[in-house]
Amino acid sequence: MARKGVGSAGDVVVLVGTQKGAFIVSSDGERKKWRIDGPHFPGESVYALALDDRGGRHRIFAGTRSFHWGSVLRESDDFGKTWTSPERQNVKFPADSGLSLVQIWQVTPGRASEPEKLYCGVEPAALFESDDAGETWAPVAGLLNHEHRAKWMPGGGGLCLHTIVLDPKNRDRMLVAISTGGVYRTDDGGRNWQPRNSGVRAEFQPNKHPEFGQCVHKVVHNPANPGRLFLQNHWGLYRSDDWGDSWTDIANGVPSDFGFAMQMHPHDRDTVYIVPLESDVFRCVPEAKMRVYRTRNAGAAWEPLTKGLPQKDAWETVLRDGLTADSMKPAGIYFGTRSGKLFGSVDDGESWKEIADGLPSIACVKAAVVGGGEAR
Amino acid sequence: MSVTVELPGALQAHASGSALVVIERRCASVAEALDALAEQWPGVLDRVMTEQGDLRPHVNVFVDEQNSRFIGGLDAPVPDGSTILILPAVSGG
Repeated sequence: MARKGVGSAGDVVVLVGTQKGAFIVSSDGERKKWRIDGPHFPGESVYALALDDRGGRHRIFAGTRSFHWGSVLRESDDFGKTWTSPERQNVKFPADSGLSLVQIWQVTPGRASEPEKLYCGVEPAALFESDDAGETWAPVAGLLNHEHRAKWMPGGGGLCLHTIVLDPKNRDRMLVAISTGGVYRTDDGGRNWQPRNSGVRAEFQPNKHPEFGQCVHKVVHNPANPGRLFLQNHWGLYRSDDWGDSWTDIANGVPSDFGFAMQMHPHDRDTVYIVPLESDVFRCVPEAKMRVYRTRNAGAAWEPLTKGLPQKDAWETVLRDGLTADSMKPAGIYFGTRSGKLFGSVDDGESWKEIADGLPSIACVKAAVVGGGEAR
Repeated sequence: MSVTVELPGALQAHASGSALVVIERRCASVAEALDALAEQWPGVLDRVMTEQGDLRPHVNVFVDEQNSRFIGGLDAPVPDGSTILILPAVSGG
């Protein structure tokens, strides 16, 4: 698999994390021909990938997990030609926490105004931050020592902090999501965290609307309209217009409100993509039809996107970080399945093509335009 | 008095390429031997132990071919002159 000049400004890079390594899929701005490079870290699972394009860097971060030897965060400044292999475990819990790192689930570059800042979400559920572009990491104490921690319960994927949503203007505000703990928000730079789950249901609890404990699968927003959030729940599809203070059901016309993946359109603040799954038991797309659903009116209605996607015998599952978008116009939308297929659309989701098949089971997909900001 | 630690290929990069590490002192237990190993090669120990000081669940440490899990765990005795072998467990996905 050739690697030819990946990383030129304007190239589109789709980072694919799988159960057995990472792949770097790339194209020029036309997005017609794709190069597939990998696997990187063969045999290790990769649940977190990010391209940090700030501060003059073009740095790919990869959270890798060896089944035997644990998890580390690796970096590449040359689009995967070389990777760091940290001598020490670089994301680790303090000894007095009683916790040990299982896996890195999310890497999120900080705001554009703080180019040395990064965050990562891990299992067991915790948030780590770096103030030196990823050289060193420390847990955010306010969440690490949260009084609710003892009552958070692992979901099927483990007790993970998988979603980090930053207020682009207010450095004191950010939101995270935990399975199973729900949504938490800080308004004071991480010192204190309040649950923000009002209206989000927990089907698996006697009390369907607890203060916390929901199994939130993904939360997205458009940085141009940051207070409007969209949430894919373990049963439930929601929108908030007040930074998570309250949530409204928007499962209008979807075949199932169960699912994992959710992706914001990069430019249109009312357009969101999801991949509904049949149920929390079967966890495959309904009727074995591979359909991405899109709303263009903030959840008032959803439409299936099927052109170019298999509509028969598609026993597919897309996980919570398996759906992504680039920042081109029209937007590229990409998703990967547990069966190792990678699909892409270069027209806002109107039509799709299979980019790759036969990859290991896909855990995460992140896309970016080189020189155009972070991978989403 | 010495103990020899034999490293699997996956960990040798964290010990400057060495397959064998000789610890030139008395180590009463597996824990002491691993602590001594960490003084020389801390990156190796990060991969063998969690940050809570537990042996990772899919790593086995043998003392003269006996799995330490069945002879006392980290407290298992290490006779002088022993060979400690670190191996990935027969597991994976």
